[in-house]
Amino acid sequence: MCNCDKNKVVEVDALYYPMEGTIVKVEQMTEYEKFFEIRLSDGKELGNMPGQFVQLSMFGIGEAPISVSSSPTKEDKTTFEICVRKVGTFTNALHALGVGDKIGVRGPFGRGFPVDELKGNDLLFIAGGLGIVPLRSLIRFVMDKRRDFGKVDILLGCKEPKDRLFSNEIEEWARLADTNYTCTVDKSDPEWKGNVGVITTLIPGVDIDVNRTYAVIVGPPIMYKFTIMSLMDKGLPKDRIIMLLERRMKCGLGKCGHCQINHKYVCQDGPTFRLDELTGMGEAL
Amino acid sequence: MRHYYLEKTSMGKFIESLKEGYRVVAPIKKENQFVFAKVESAGEVELEYLPTVLPPKKYLFPQKEKLGTFDMGDTKLTDTSVEVEPMIIFAAHTCDIEGLECLDVVFNSDPADPYYKARKKSLLIIGFECMVPCDEYATCRTMDTHNPKAGYDVMITDVGSKYVLHVNSKEGKDLLEGNSALLDAGNGEAKTLLAKTREEKLKRFDNKLKPEFSRLARLFGDSYTSPVWDEVGEKCLSCGNCTAVCPTCYCLDMYDKVKLDTTGGERKRVWDSCQLEEFASVAGGENFREERSSRQRHRYYRKFDYSVKKYHKFFCTGCGRCSRTCMAGISLIETVNSLDEENENV
Repeated sequence: MCNCDKNKVVEVDALYYPMEGTIVKVEQMTEYEKFFEIRLSDGKELGNMPGQFVQLSMFGIGEAPISVSSSPTKEDKTTFEICVRKVGTFTNALHALGVGDKIGVRGPFGRGFPVDELKGNDLLFIAGGLGIVPLRSLIRFVMDKRRDFGKVDILLGCKEPKDRLFSNEIEEWARLADTNYTCTVDKSDPEWKGNVGVITTLIPGVDIDVNRTYAVIVGPPIMYKFTIMSLMDKGLPKDRIIMLLERRMKCGLGKCGHCQINHKYVCQDGPTFRLDELTGMGEAL
Repeated sequence: MRHYYLEKTSMGKFIESLKEGYRVVAPIKKENQFVFAKVESAGEVELEYLPTVLPPKKYLFPQKEKLGTFDMGDTKLTDTSVEVEPMIIFAAHTCDIEGLECLDVVFNSDPADPYYKARKKSLLIIGFECMVPCDEYATCRTMDTHNPKAGYDVMITDVGSKYVLHVNSKEGKDLLEGNSALLDAGNGEAKTLLAKTREEKLKRFDNKLKPEFSRLARLFGDSYTSPVWDEVGEKCLSCGNCTAVCPTCYCLDMYDKVKLDTTGGERKRVWDSCQLEEFASVAGGENFREERSSRQRHRYYRKFDYSVKKYHKFFCTGCGRCSRTCMAGISLIETVNSLDEENENV
């Protein structure tokens, strides 16, 4: 007979405990979007791959899954970057933080973009709205390792010209050889000289070699279906279309169930998926 | 592993002996239902019981649980320990033991859940084998959970004149060794008695599901776009009862509970339900399972299809709780049989 009649207090693994981060830079990007650079304490490196996300944490408010917008190739590895739209309780509170304020960080989580698979290929980046935020982590990765990749086309779509994010950076990249950038807006303003219309209107005009191009799409749910249709019309095969799917990750650990798409957990099996991996998954798109 | 005999008149003494070193929880009557609760005296324990309101998962994965304590404005969680107490779940049905087997797979999948693991480590499971199907809702025969298979330390079987205890783990062996309420049973004799009892028992357990176990996965593979989901969705009230009482549902939410003086609080996790409207919605306003039909389909697929793909297991134990508790009268048997009927007509 066991005489273990006392309760035991067991220290548990730090699975749910955030690391400490400090905000080192804040920049107002648009009316609703702010850019933050966060430094982890004790010289820790986040070690993210493009396309991964973190759970940011503010005690008393909770946690929220946020895409990392910076590439692991950036020079200062002790910081990472995010860009957040003010839309709910958490993001409103985040917007109220400034340089020097602390924030909790768990992660990075998820399967990033398949950068090794992309190497040596031409890339067609398609971002709608906030989609440029996670996609920037991959574009910067590609720009930092430019000679590993072929021709790059960047298509950007947003509601109005004033909603454009990172457009200065993108214009700079577009000056590099073999890199093209086109932007379209749903609604023009008097100064706008670019395209007007949904992002799919840009696809027929892009000159791609379907045998050596990967398309990487990130945008709101509605955008995927039409963009994929346009790409397939051009003859791009399913295994050359990659996307990043947004779901509501609560734990990031494959447990909470919130991010589930059919039998896949976006927080572990995604958030990046190749279109052919989504065959038979009715909830994906 | 070895076997013991327990005289029926000695059951009380046996339970009392277990209480000496453990918190013993067992089915106890509460109004007109049964619940797993702490045993104060052996007489409270109900051995013939309908599945309890909540399955024993609540002891491993509590409805609410503290992940840590924080001070406001800080970024560190402190007090991140979990208090575990040596516990025996007594008289668990084989369906509920299978439920814990399913949770084991989930919570031990990488990254393993430290809270679940700590509790499981200090837990012993003593099963009590069902000799008759509990009611019209149970589908244990089809789900092949009506007989003891694995996941327990000790299984008690009523062989008529007395109980046979099958010891199935080292922890179970250590627990029972030298217990004065028990009589050593020769392995051969006990096994013969058990085999005979189970042969008789099988005659009383019928298959309420039309598709056989081996056909279930394929049936669900064919049924994703079935109109049956619309019918189920029409009835559903989105209350989330079915997932709360399910022995294999493990969805959770996390939140911060702030103290009244707002100086700090606790980060917690709490059971959640994929049947609630907000469950799959994202910050931008999109809801990926807006319709009740899609949420109900999701629940069923998590039991009969997704779990098979992800964990190679059915996550329905046949306990019948979801149907028993549903205010709208959604019946798992009806749903699965309708899918089967429709599938045959195609």
